[in-house]
Amino acid sequence: MSTPAHPTIPENGFDFYDVSAAHVDHAEHDHETGTMLGFWIYLMSDCLIFGILFAIHAVLGQSYAAGPAPIDLFEIDKILLATAFLLLSSITYGFAVINMQQKNASAMMIWLVVTGLFGMGFLVMEVLEFEHLWHLGAGPGASAFLSSFWVLVGTHGLHVTSGVIWLVVLLVQIQKHGLTPANQRRVLCLSLFWHFLDLIWIGVFSFVYLTGVLL
Amino acid sequence: MSAQSHGSYKSYATGFILSVLLTAVPFYVVMADVDIDVGWAIAIIFGLGAIQIMVHIHYFLHVTVKAEDGWQVMSLLFAGVLLAIILAGSIWVMFHLNTNMMPAHEQIERVRNL
Repeated sequence: MSTPAHPTIPENGFDFYDVSAAHVDHAEHDHETGTMLGFWIYLMSDCLIFGILFAIHAVLGQSYAAGPAPIDLFEIDKILLATAFLLLSSITYGFAVINMQQKNASAMMIWLVVTGLFGMGFLVMEVLEFEHLWHLGAGPGASAFLSSFWVLVGTHGLHVTSGVIWLVVLLVQIQKHGLTPANQRRVLCLSLFWHFLDLIWIGVFSFVYLTGVLL
Repeated sequence: MSAQSHGSYKSYATGFILSVLLTAVPFYVVMADVDIDVGWAIAIIFGLGAIQIMVHIHYFLHVTVKAEDGWQVMSLLFAGVLLAIILAGSIWVMFHLNTNMMPAHEQIERVRNL
């Protein structure tokens, strides 16, 4: 019995440098999905950064150095409001993406603006909390618990800040150039980033705030 | 990515309602000072948090086995494995440091016998 040639290898071998029209088209499509996958892999590496910060907080989170503990510092009702802002911003971003797919640029931009406002609402709550802690003398230098708290929550806050800046820049781009394929891809990348930050926040409020207050 | 992979109003609304419920319950447990064992309260917070992360991955991030020829879910699982190693490993090692130290009385004996 003779071994048949491998079915997937073409007769003339592979042509890696074929730039005929059909292939260019295909390459552009690959480029597009490649960006999304690359951005996704960036998010996974970002996820590891947060994972390490969570691990640090798990180790240091109860080293109060005779200073204030979570129960003395955290105002859970305000954390609930910040959480609501972020969750609402997630669904409004979803609505923006749906409108983008229906080529409804103006509705999409309205939803993106609403998303940005909720994001800023979240950031205002966070800055107010940090200011509150600072005035109580609970800065990052007060104890190991507060060091890891400021780094973890601050890193998340910086990410949200970057997301808001990106959102504003993207709105200007869409205003100027319209819903080009590049802008659509950017909207989808930022949507991944935005939903990802909301996902990280689930870990923050569950572990840092709610569990912190109970322990 | 096809149009279907980014969800519809219905799927976003489903994810949102589930997320609201999964957020409200742990906050209620803490804010209303529900009279249960602390261990159970933490189990509820972590359990519902983990479910909410799944809800977000499915309804908001639209991770599917088929997206990007499976690379999306593969990289997610890989990140999950690394996270498990980092978190479990750090906690395991850091909370067992004392176990591997020489007991204080043996150290004192050694210093006396120098």
